[in-house]
Amino acid sequence: MNRGASSFNVISVALGLAFLYLPIAILVIYSFNASRLVTIWGGWSLVWYRELLHDDAVLQAAWVSLRVAALSASAATVLGTLAAVALTRSGRFRGRLLFSGMVYAPLVMPEVITGLSLLLLFVAFDVDRGFWTIAIAHTTLTMCFVTVIVQSRLVTFDRSLEEAAMDLGCPPARTFLTITLPLIAPAIAAGWMLAFSLSLDDLVIASFTTGPGATTLPIRIYSEVRLGVKPEINAVCTIMIAFVAFGTVASSLIAKRGAVRRERAALGAQV
Amino acid sequence: MSASSGNRNWSARGIVLLPYLWLFIFFLAPFVIVLKISLSQTALAQPPYVPLFDAAAGWAGLMDFVSQLSADSFRLLSSDSIYLLSYLKSLQVAAISTIVLLAVGYPIAYGMARAPRAWQPPLVMAVVLPFWTSFLIRIYAWINILQRDGILNDVLMRLHAIDVPASWLSSDTAVYIGMVYSYLPFMVLPIYATLEKMDETLLEAAADLGCPRWRAFWLVTLPLSLSGIAAGALLCFIPIVGEFVIPDLLGGSESSMIGQTLWSEFFSNRDWPVASAIAVALLGLLLVPIMFYERLQQRALEGNRG
Repeated sequence: MNRGASSFNVISVALGLAFLYLPIAILVIYSFNASRLVTIWGGWSLVWYRELLHDDAVLQAAWVSLRVAALSASAATVLGTLAAVALTRSGRFRGRLLFSGMVYAPLVMPEVITGLSLLLLFVAFDVDRGFWTIAIAHTTLTMCFVTVIVQSRLVTFDRSLEEAAMDLGCPPARTFLTITLPLIAPAIAAGWMLAFSLSLDDLVIASFTTGPGATTLPIRIYSEVRLGVKPEINAVCTIMIAFVAFGTVASSLIAKRGAVRRERAALGAQV
Repeated sequence: MSASSGNRNWSARGIVLLPYLWLFIFFLAPFVIVLKISLSQTALAQPPYVPLFDAAAGWAGLMDFVSQLSADSFRLLSSDSIYLLSYLKSLQVAAISTIVLLAVGYPIAYGMARAPRAWQPPLVMAVVLPFWTSFLIRIYAWINILQRDGILNDVLMRLHAIDVPASWLSSDTAVYIGMVYSYLPFMVLPIYATLEKMDETLLEAAADLGCPRWRAFWLVTLPLSLSGIAAGALLCFIPIVGEFVIPDLLGGSESSMIGQTLWSEFFSNRDWPVASAIAVALLGLLLVPIMFYERLQQRALEGNRG
């Protein structure tokens, strides 16, 4: 077995990870730099974080972003899970091809197209643009990611559990709630997390669908970044990175616990 | 048909209805509106739209010549070389980025798939994690590094590799770095997924029969990972063609990609019909790769349905 042995494999993975993490590490380190200039290290300091606390525009934008992300992630999780269940459990239904096409297309659709088309929809129906239109746009985009995550879980798990429940007279809705839902819960949680972070991240679609008074954090950061590097922005970014890193680790721990529990259940079933 | 299976069909329909309607209203229907606005402005003359289109002043005067105007935006697209050039530029950047991504991503995916089993989940996690942190932040991180008084120049000067600070930012090089950096997980993960599933006894069999390792890679491993390569390439190529943030923040001003052109037509020139026409043309350009990607995705997620 040639598993793991070759130094080529080790080097390519190590270089790849270094390439992925070095820029982020540099960004985080420089958010603690006392000096305003990137090239000069002025010692460790929290000065930019303190400055951030007084930057009302950024704080307000962060608050808008968090609310949009929480709302759209929750809506996307419900819609995306339903879509995943429909695609894996409903067999053939009329318009299935169109449905799966609509589910997978947003994953690769360039954001400028999605953003523009949603904006023109809102204009055509004379909808006031702002918080709600961004939330709707983000729900549409992120539900497809939820669908893919939940679907990949649904196709791998043992369907005989559902069939057994229904053979014993359990109605489908109850089977779904008591058997299916607990089994796919880790995937649903992961889907919510991904939807949340995608929404928190999105600049292009939010720029198209926003209105007065609804400036999200990425829109704010983008307008600052265009003017050049600012240590305050490094500080904002570091906080967002910490936030996401924490969420990811937490959700993977939840998923692992779920996996252990499933394994135990499977063992129990065999005995 | 028994009562219970009828019941199942009914609830299945209920489950489908909500996401179906949502996507139909907020994903599919908007394209029809984009197409309509790109082709004709008759609807724009109706009362609800007038104030919104005041900004497109040049258009208002031409409202009467509806039939003549209907293909105007598209005629503009084909006559003004700016648009054609940005389409070509986008395709070029996407093609080169995808090739570089493949060259960089394949060895990483290969190394991950050959790592000890226990290491693989943390490695996958390590590749996915940057994808969860903000896209904008990751591009911004590169501005820190590439700008004239940035870290790259600092390091190179200290190493005496260069004497005067070079301008890395606002160049095609910076755009390619940004693309490869941002899309790397999308290339690595699908390839890893196919390599990881591969039956290694095939390689052992090849070795037993005296096939050298590089040849076994060429004849066995590479063909078996083609579906992963195709998925990764499409996942990178399609969005890169329409990319806006990376070329806008890292690229130069001498030539723009189509996403930037659409953005500036919309936000700076306020020419919504032309922006819509660009979107329609871009979508037409990407329709074949998107359909190809959808087939792959369907096969991957629904192929093993019982």
